[in-house]
Amino acid sequence: MTIPLSWYLLFAAALFGIGFFGVLSRRNAVAALMGVELMLNAVNINLVAFWRYVRPADLTGQIFAIFVLAVAAAEAAVGLALMIAIYRTRRTINVDEIDLLKG
Amino acid sequence: MDWSQIDLRTVGVLWNQALQNAGIAPPLLTVINWVVAAVVLLFVGLNMVIGLIWLERKIAARIQDRLGPNRVGPFGLLQTVADALKLLTKEDVTPTDADRITYNLAPALAVFHVLMTLAVIPFADGVIGADLNVGVLYIVAFGSVGSMAALMAGWASNNKYALVGGFRVVAQLLSYEIPLVFAMMIPVLAAGTMRMNGLAEAQGQFGGLGWYVWVMPCAFFIFLAATLAEGERAPFDLLEAESEIVAGFNIEYSGMKFAWFFLAFFLNSWVLSAIGTTLFLGGWQGPFVDRIPALGVVYFFAKTMVMFWVLAWIRATFPRLRIDQMMDFCWKFLVPLALVLLVGTAIILKLGLPSPFDGLALLVWNLALLIGGFWLLGKAQQRAVYASKRAFTPQLPRL
Amino acid sequence: MSLLFLVLALLTLVMAIGTVTARNLFHAALFLVGAFFGVATIYVLLEAEFLAVSQVIIYIGAIATLIVFAIMLSRSMMGREAGGYNRYWVAAAVGVAALWSLLALLLTTVSFPVVDQPVPADAIVQIGAGLIGPYLIPFEVVSVLLVVALMGAVMIARERHRQR
Repeated sequence: MTIPLSWYLLFAAALFGIGFFGVLSRRNAVAALMGVELMLNAVNINLVAFWRYVRPADLTGQIFAIFVLAVAAAEAAVGLALMIAIYRTRRTINVDEIDLLKG
Repeated sequence: MDWSQIDLRTVGVLWNQALQNAGIAPPLLTVINWVVAAVVLLFVGLNMVIGLIWLERKIAARIQDRLGPNRVGPFGLLQTVADALKLLTKEDVTPTDADRITYNLAPALAVFHVLMTLAVIPFADGVIGADLNVGVLYIVAFGSVGSMAALMAGWASNNKYALVGGFRVVAQLLSYEIPLVFAMMIPVLAAGTMRMNGLAEAQGQFGGLGWYVWVMPCAFFIFLAATLAEGERAPFDLLEAESEIVAGFNIEYSGMKFAWFFLAFFLNSWVLSAIGTTLFLGGWQGPFVDRIPALGVVYFFAKTMVMFWVLAWIRATFPRLRIDQMMDFCWKFLVPLALVLLVGTAIILKLGLPSPFDGLALLVWNLALLIGGFWLLGKAQQRAVYASKRAFTPQLPRL
Repeated sequence: MSLLFLVLALLTLVMAIGTVTARNLFHAALFLVGAFFGVATIYVLLEAEFLAVSQVIIYIGAIATLIVFAIMLSRSMMGREAGGYNRYWVAAAVGVAALWSLLALLLTTVSFPVVDQPVPADAIVQIGAGLIGPYLIPFEVVSVLLVVALMGAVMIARERHRQR
């Protein structure tokens, strides 16, 4: 326990911020998806760090992180399938060019 | 000192004591031990490949009624060394349009992922790099890194054949990982641990009859088939099918970088054999191993060589599958079989039968599935043959 | 230990920054793999081996491969424009920096009830027991979600043959 908990939290926050920046700023949908994955990873680090430092006796934090992993896998599968489908019809997956609903 | 009683762990203890007497503090001692273990594993692993390549070529030659390498050194033993020297002196070409960093990183990653798996293989009781409590999963994890290396090589070469090879890698390795993991989970269920050493320990009963290959032949069959695919070996070597996509993902590589892929391929075959040995052939278990623990190393290497020989035998015998046949075999045969087997095994183990009977029940269940599965496969094959005959029979015009 | 953490965290962050800044999408995906690997090493430092290994299997073995595959399937995504930013990227950067500073301020001022306890030896057994014990319903829901998502993904991405 030589490393203080706040280091992990700061690190996770930084990772979250970088991922968030990717989601907000990238034009390409796949790149935005990568940002989302980074954010999910940051959340998982928080879960595990809190488990290790606050309640190491029960494994709730790790179990929750496993759920996050599963949801991330589902999210990536559906997201990429959507992107491939959109790419097939529109020949682009830049999020600011996919504006079918705009009059 | 009685040398027959020497345990490899005593060697470790003596080594630690010697270092501590030399005045090295425990934290530094741990680091030194890690480094020494890593260097030993690297040295053994990398040098063994030279012998393995010679061995496989000789086996293939004998099976195919050829002589094999026999010019350099006695029995051609130095042929691999000569080949390595040749590859070293070859020009190292990087294609102009290649993505340089990725291109150069891919061979290193390919070897890296295989070497990492060496860390959890128990060579004898307790002689293991790191007896992780997630050992089996660790192997799966680094196995999945391998597809990344091939994908990188395929993409960075900027060559359509390499790219097709890369696609095939993903399709094949990702698909066959599923039956492989299921097959590896069945010994884990039976042994109740994911530690590799624990898995080898659990197979010590009944003097060799407790090996999981006797108890669960169906799981071993699935493991073997998936291993062939994960090791990119014939009949599943579509990734580097010379006649179709020239050489697959490593087509643009030459010289030492190609040698790295070659090294990774053979080392991977050996590591997969070693994993099969630990999971199904009892690992370091053998006669008198409880009295002379050092014998475990001998048994382990002997069994691994048998396993490697089987892989080489299959490679020298079977023709290559088509890609749709390969995917069908995985998704329509291996995965359902493995799923049914896993559920049945879990139920049988949960029944909690007394010691010899649970093994017998598992054996019956495995044999039933194996026979049933192959019967269904044969039926499907017959139907496919009839269908294709009907489709291609020329219709004679009626007179 | 602290030094190890700092090095690993720094490497992970560099990889993450590479992910969001690389012009070439394939490079971004490779940086992403590096970041995932870095996070796995952080889990090892936190003594969550099972999660570290799961991270490598699921994120690198499945998700990253899927992303790379999607990038390769749509060739024009490899173009020079692919890695571009939209016009709000400066605002996004400033906002994210502000968010991180706020979080850092919060995290360093709040004190959490930290206990110094070892990890239970049978952590994996406990995880397994938890998944089919108290967390059975979330576990089943996640399983159903995964199946539905995969079926949906296949349906969406499948090439429909036009009927003429």
